[in-house]
Amino acid sequence: MNTHHYDVIVIGGGHNGLVNAAYLAKAGKRVLVLERRHKVGGATVTEEIYPGFKFLIASYLVSLLRPEVIHELDLMRHGLELMPLESTFSPTLDGNYIADWPDHDATKYEIARHSKRDAEAYDEYARTMRRLALAIRPLLGMIPPDPTSLAPRDLETMAKVGGVLDQLRKEDFYLLARLMTMSAADFLDEWFESPALKGTKTTSGIIGTFLGPRSPGTGYVLLHHYLGEVDGVFRTWAFARGGTGAVSQAIASAAREAGVTIQVNAPVAQVLVKNGVASGVALENGDEYTADIIVSNADAKRTFLKLVEPQHLPDEFLHDIRRFRISSPACKVNLALDGLPTFTAIPKGKEALLRGSIEIAPSVDYLEKAYDDAKYGGWARKPFMDALIPSLLDPGMAPPGKHVMSLFVQYASSDLEGGWSEPKKAEFLDVVVDTLAEYAPDLKSLILHKHIMTPWDIEQMLGLTAGHIFHGELALQQLFFLRPSAQWSNYRTPIRNLYMCGSSTHPGGCITGAPGRNAAFAILEDRP
Amino acid sequence: MLKTTPFHTRTAALMQANQWRRWAGYTAASSYEMTHDREYLAIRNACVLIDVSPLCKYQITGADALPFLNRLVTREVGKTPIGGMLYTPWCDSRGKVIDDGTIARLGENSYRLTSAEPNLRWLEDNALGMQVQIEDVTEQIASLALQGPKSRELLMTLTDAPLGDLKYYRFCTTSIAGVPVMISRTGYTGDLGFELWMDANPASAERVWDALIEAGRAFALQPAGIWALDVARIEAGLIMLDVDYTPANKAMTNAQTSTPLELGLEWAVSWNKRSFVGRKALLAEKQRGVASVLVGLEIDHHEFERQHHALGLIVPYPFMAWRSIIPLHADGKQVGYSTSGVWSPTLKRYLAFGHLQPAYVVPGSTVTIDLDIDRFRRPFSAKVTKLPFFNPARKKDTL
Repeated sequence: MNTHHYDVIVIGGGHNGLVNAAYLAKAGKRVLVLERRHKVGGATVTEEIYPGFKFLIASYLVSLLRPEVIHELDLMRHGLELMPLESTFSPTLDGNYIADWPDHDATKYEIARHSKRDAEAYDEYARTMRRLALAIRPLLGMIPPDPTSLAPRDLETMAKVGGVLDQLRKEDFYLLARLMTMSAADFLDEWFESPALKGTKTTSGIIGTFLGPRSPGTGYVLLHHYLGEVDGVFRTWAFARGGTGAVSQAIASAAREAGVTIQVNAPVAQVLVKNGVASGVALENGDEYTADIIVSNADAKRTFLKLVEPQHLPDEFLHDIRRFRISSPACKVNLALDGLPTFTAIPKGKEALLRGSIEIAPSVDYLEKAYDDAKYGGWARKPFMDALIPSLLDPGMAPPGKHVMSLFVQYASSDLEGGWSEPKKAEFLDVVVDTLAEYAPDLKSLILHKHIMTPWDIEQMLGLTAGHIFHGELALQQLFFLRPSAQWSNYRTPIRNLYMCGSSTHPGGCITGAPGRNAAFAILEDRP
Repeated sequence: MLKTTPFHTRTAALMQANQWRRWAGYTAASSYEMTHDREYLAIRNACVLIDVSPLCKYQITGADALPFLNRLVTREVGKTPIGGMLYTPWCDSRGKVIDDGTIARLGENSYRLTSAEPNLRWLEDNALGMQVQIEDVTEQIASLALQGPKSRELLMTLTDAPLGDLKYYRFCTTSIAGVPVMISRTGYTGDLGFELWMDANPASAERVWDALIEAGRAFALQPAGIWALDVARIEAGLIMLDVDYTPANKAMTNAQTSTPLELGLEWAVSWNKRSFVGRKALLAEKQRGVASVLVGLEIDHHEFERQHHALGLIVPYPFMAWRSIIPLHADGKQVGYSTSGVWSPTLKRYLAFGHLQPAYVVPGSTVTIDLDIDRFRRPFSAKVTKLPFFNPARKKDTL
């Protein structure tokens, strides 16, 4: 047997590629994963950019990783350790703050300082979002059906979708329909009055999305993030010990145990297609591998506009892929710090807030302005940030007494006017540090090293088109049976034997493992 | 840090067993002594002082205060004179109970509503377009429950107010130790008792507490916590939010919600009122028939004891009220569930609340309830009875 022939080749060792490979190998397939970098993980990676400090250069938290993936791949045995984030701290522009604690009463006190009404509404809001999330959660694990199709498979899945929606109370169904079409800001306006609370709650609706809090469609993103759970606790984010890189290492370990061959430093240049059928891949160095099935973990644009020659694809499909919205609004900044920064808004006795999320999102207007600055090819003069000090949760992330701070920064356009040059990068990095220093004045004196991953860097280093962390916007027009293209949302493609398993497919981005798992099931339907 | 009530320095000084709990975001005593036995016995035989300050309180004033309240709650508020109070639940538009509490009519257009959970948002949302001001006075008003057969005698040593004539669900204003106090003939024990409402300034509130404790020496006054209160309220057939029903706005499923008719509160639903939130749904339920009915259950404690003895065990009396959902069976199927239960030292019976399908609500008939014995769970018979279990004449009498 030709050693270069496999049952399945997975292009890209991102977390979904590894999940896909692991499931297929467990089903008895001989699987090869080809990763262009020197290590697996893709955007689920931890890097020691500055000696002794571990940087989260792309993804930074885990919440939506499907419990079934953790269970079926036995990821805890493979070294995954998840530490739930306990709190969210959001300083406001007037020196005050709002916080979310793991304790119900503690959170209510914090909200009541801003509005008693909101403190009451918060309970009902949280319950409602959980009910909606619970109701639509089964959709995450479905291979999206084509609603126009009469094929038994599609009809059966459509019936399941109907069943899911039937479970909803009438009022919740109406609410879901509205939420799906609304902006996060409008939706939150219906519940709350406090600008601070609305600011911090809106962030779930815009994170990673090149839309402002007042753009319709962000309501869905809000709900998408409520689908996250850790140990059954919804809307919880966890830090993986060792950073998100440890998540992909655990999945890679499970994949290897199942018999997957993982080859790093193996950048794929082209998917080989003969007579409309994918038959293998060619690496950049000219090596060729053949397989019965090729699965691409790369995003849809990279897969179909770079790795596959256009003559193999139908026009309308290429058209869909070209217009697939993938402009990225996000940068990732990491700071190596000589000590803990002092956030002036944190009162004495509540320093534990530093161990949770730190959100620079003081109001909806602040966020909308940040979006305004960026949408014409610029960056936010006052960006939204979702920050974290991983070394407080896992001392191994920085040398003793030192700290590392991870900042997810939005908005900075992947289509920056004039492009992302080194001076531009440095300039924006200063904007980020200056903005954060307004809340923590001693920050600058503690910085040992600062590092930025702009959308351009993310694309260059990790191969994500436009540096988009979700492999394409979580916008309504490209979700579920429309992701990435109307007739090709079931992980299959117009090229026979070529499949997709990345975040450009349902249910989209974040470390979920769901596209990888669903794609494996789709492949096994075709090739049991 | 959990919030504390205006009486905290006093209650903390009495606490012997570190038995604190949370109540609506406040620190509250479960029991001050190592066990709650004496605290309970004092409710029925002497008198107790309970810090009930965490109760939510809303001041409702304005020209539309009455129409607003009549729209909000199921009971007719207009018949209540100044100086009167009433108990009522209130519902959402599906007729599902959101909360229950009391309304005191303080003046012509001035009322005070109490509730177990914060209700400001619900009140405000239902007051749209009405001439009414709603103020959350939870933190401005401290409250004490002085309950038990000796409570009236005790209070009369501290004030000249005509407490002998004060009827059940009426209140008067007076002063104790120089501090203005509103005294209402209300409580959550089903016994003779009063609730005292005063400014939440700890300096003055403590003066009232101290005066009561001092005068109470002659009447065996016992500071009591929630454990003792829980026994008494079950005997008195009084339901508790989050225990015997889930507030409609907190429920995740329809099955968790309850209507006033299901909770035995139809007496507090004024059908004559032309409209109130939930009326249409409740009327439909009345015509259709309820799905479940709150009943009293008397668990066969003799059999419970006998089976313990058979295993060589001494029967453990459930002196502490339990709060859990336990299925009730009859005819080989589940016909309801129980939500609270306790041994009644006063009645010498093992009491519980049951939510039963109407067909099984036949006083004197039995259903079964599964209880733990040693390492086993066994069915015991429970007799269906009317509520309340305990209703002494002194609860409502006057001198």
